[in-house]
Amino acid sequence: MSKTTLWIRTAVILVITIGAVWLVFGPRGSISMSDFSYDGIKKNLAQNINLGLDLKGGSHLVMRVKTEEYLKKLTENDRDAAYLVAKEAKDENGAPKQFPIGEVSSVTDAKTNTYSFTLPVGDPSKLQDVIDEVKKKVDLANPNFAWTESRTDSGVTWTLPLAAQKKLGEQASEQALRIIEGRINQFGVKEPTLQPIGAADSHQILLQMPGVDDPERVKNLIGLESRLELMKVVSSPYPTLQTYASREEALQSLGGKEPPNRKIYPYAERDEDVTATKKDDTKPPSRFVVIETPAIVDGNELREASAVSRTGSNDDYQIAFALKPSGAQKFGDWTGKNINNYMAVVLNDEAKSIAYIKSQIFDRGEISGRFTKSSADDLALTLKSGALPAPIEYQEERTVGPSLGADSIRAGVSASIGGLVFVVLFMLFYYRGAGVNAVIALVLNMLLTIAALIIFDSTLTLPGIAGLILGIGMAVDSNVLIFERIREELRDGKDIPTSVSLGFDRAFLTIIDTHLTTIISSVILWMYGSGPIKGFAVTLILGLLINLFSAVFVSRTIFIWLLQRKRTMQKLSI
Amino acid sequence: MFEFFTDIKVDWMGKRKAFIALSVVILIAGLVSAIGRQFSEGGTDAFNLGVDFQGGTVVIAKFKQKPTSDEIRTALVGVGISDSVIQDSTDKGDEVLIKVPTLGKREQECPNIDEAGRCFVARALSTFGKEAEGAKSLAEDEASAYKIVGTETVGPVAGAALRNQAVIATLLGLVGILLFIAFRYDWTYAAGAVIAVFHDVLVTLAFFSVFQWEINLTVIAALLTLVGFSVNDSIVIFDRIRENLGLDRNKSLYDLTNDSINQTMSRTIITGGLVFLSVLALVIFGGEVLRGFSLALFVGVITGTFSTIAIASPIAIWWQDKLGAAKASDMPSARNADELASASRRSVIRRGAAR
Repeated sequence: MSKTTLWIRTAVILVITIGAVWLVFGPRGSISMSDFSYDGIKKNLAQNINLGLDLKGGSHLVMRVKTEEYLKKLTENDRDAAYLVAKEAKDENGAPKQFPIGEVSSVTDAKTNTYSFTLPVGDPSKLQDVIDEVKKKVDLANPNFAWTESRTDSGVTWTLPLAAQKKLGEQASEQALRIIEGRINQFGVKEPTLQPIGAADSHQILLQMPGVDDPERVKNLIGLESRLELMKVVSSPYPTLQTYASREEALQSLGGKEPPNRKIYPYAERDEDVTATKKDDTKPPSRFVVIETPAIVDGNELREASAVSRTGSNDDYQIAFALKPSGAQKFGDWTGKNINNYMAVVLNDEAKSIAYIKSQIFDRGEISGRFTKSSADDLALTLKSGALPAPIEYQEERTVGPSLGADSIRAGVSASIGGLVFVVLFMLFYYRGAGVNAVIALVLNMLLTIAALIIFDSTLTLPGIAGLILGIGMAVDSNVLIFERIREELRDGKDIPTSVSLGFDRAFLTIIDTHLTTIISSVILWMYGSGPIKGFAVTLILGLLINLFSAVFVSRTIFIWLLQRKRTMQKLSI
Repeated sequence: MFEFFTDIKVDWMGKRKAFIALSVVILIAGLVSAIGRQFSEGGTDAFNLGVDFQGGTVVIAKFKQKPTSDEIRTALVGVGISDSVIQDSTDKGDEVLIKVPTLGKREQECPNIDEAGRCFVARALSTFGKEAEGAKSLAEDEASAYKIVGTETVGPVAGAALRNQAVIATLLGLVGILLFIAFRYDWTYAAGAVIAVFHDVLVTLAFFSVFQWEINLTVIAALLTLVGFSVNDSIVIFDRIRENLGLDRNKSLYDLTNDSINQTMSRTIITGGLVFLSVLALVIFGGEVLRGFSLALFVGVITGTFSTIAIASPIAIWWQDKLGAAKASDMPSARNADELASASRRSVIRRGAAR
């Protein structure tokens, strides 16, 4: 090998090593003298490596899914739907049946677990007809959560029995758990644990997550309801949008009461400072609008949502969204028929933007408002992950120590260091000079693997450390394979340069096969596994790739140096 | 040059029946233990699943003088709970979160089964002093040392979904290994290596069932590690067999395999031995929480090394015999290996000439 190649190899090794040392032990900001002291290095090290929940602890949040809100909403939706179905029922010829329907009413009380609604029917002889009509269109007899029906001369009352409440509540909290999981994963919280906690009907969820930069933001993100609806505004057509100065005024226009197919929502104008994550409750919204229910399409039909800035200013973001094909169809039909009418984008029962329909629109829309970049990003993320079935409330918050226990981590670390020291001593004793190579390769492997974890912003957990250990084991094995091979060649009577060269060449074939096999299976683990499995796979893949560099390239370079220095070497220290 | 092992000549393949018999005995013991425990009246489950897998109770205890988590863990072991998760509450310095698994039959020892977790923890904590009575707070009851301020039942961290995903991911990983070894070597070797890996996982699980060691998430990490170790070991020997096939076409595969195992024996002993001793240190000094992890690796290192000689190689030979391709020259991989070997030899010669 020529001198130049050798120098290039050496330079590559030095640059990579210095870079890795800087990544692992260096400061993230500007350098100061303290970065070179023992305490400073320790501090930087702790800052650079993200440790998981099991090794470092983090936040411990207990939240409750307010399933009573879910049941309440369900009752009210079914109530309104039943009313509209009965009211607008038509016979086979399309003529209105004109059932004598009275004003529908509902009772929802979480304390007594009462969820029911009553549909008054003026003529007892029509009662059966009305019930049949309603049940055809409204899902009241679902075998899993059937409503019980009680008839009187003046109408019919549907009540949600306790068993069904329980089932629906459990369903809602399961769904909430899944959605929360999706949100924190998308946000990039590493290796959280999420589990149901408490009795089955307490609807509580425990989230533990390792130290994140901004726990408040994660909390807000989880709690965002993100219920998006596109709805028709009850107003005269363009250019005059009918708004009201107060809720009362709006109510008056409806005759003092919200009918089942109307809702009054506050309308926050674009220039008002309303952020997604924190509603400013102290300032009442200045305008209200009357909206027609049910919604044209809702958030379930959302395909894509993203934060965009029209002006480029950092606190002036909007959410652009696109609908799925099914939603786009509905939306297109509706907008086609409603040219010049007003439509509202409603988020969590608040009209975020109102626009008139200029022409038929299919799948695109925008939530305007003055969002900051981070609140717009969070809102877009939660819109994509789906609306929570019910709001959640935080019940308990604390920061906790590592789940493996600080003392056992200490025990594990000292046992591992003991093992490592033993390995180093053995290699030096058994392979003498070549043992130094092995030790350099081993230390370099650990250093570079940790540096790579930092580059990829991975979180180190115990399974990750297991991957690291296996990587180190294979690093030692690579050296053993090479040295044993060189010894074999020497025993066969070959000269030293040939033996070294042959040893590396032959052992490399073995090493590449063992490494590729494990890398392939780890990539599959990484693709299909989650949580602990992924953590293991990531460190192992990195460790093995690095090993091909540290055990083969670096070790060989050192040998070549030795051979160049002493061309007439009679005895190789191996 | 300092060497322990040179010139080993052992007929490993001749002992294959004894090896396989040993494996079968261990596997049957594991199977009997797993099935027996699962179905016998009043028995425990096949595996002793820890709190990560089956959920349990979180007890929040407040102390006047907080013991270390190790002391609390020792107290819990004293009442027969070996798999607990103890987390300090760092913002409320005097409180500790203690997670204990569901206790099954033993819960009947408590007056109120619904509060079994609390009852066992209280029993363990009584080694530190008296619990503050009734509604009294810790400060009001002078004689008390601790008070349980909250209990909650918790679901498993690793629920059925995660467990299934782990199994599926691992199986897919093994398929990847199978295909790669088949591509680089031969189907017979691929089958040998993958069956050996299966064997190693099963043997390790057998130990966990027979001795009722707790299985928690760390054990899963250890099982993944031993899969890697076992495959690595098999490939080192396969690689030598491939090389030898290229060098000597007249020898029988049986002899070649023995030669290959013997030639790589010093490497096997050094690598295996170093890993073994490191893991042994972890078993002895690694502490209670890592016990499952270290024990799984401990068993895995032994069986991973053993299975290469005792399972992977015999299966590869047996299958090739079946295929009637025991003659080395018929192997497609032999030709590859030959080319590879001579290629590297050529490069050495060239290098020598350049100098």
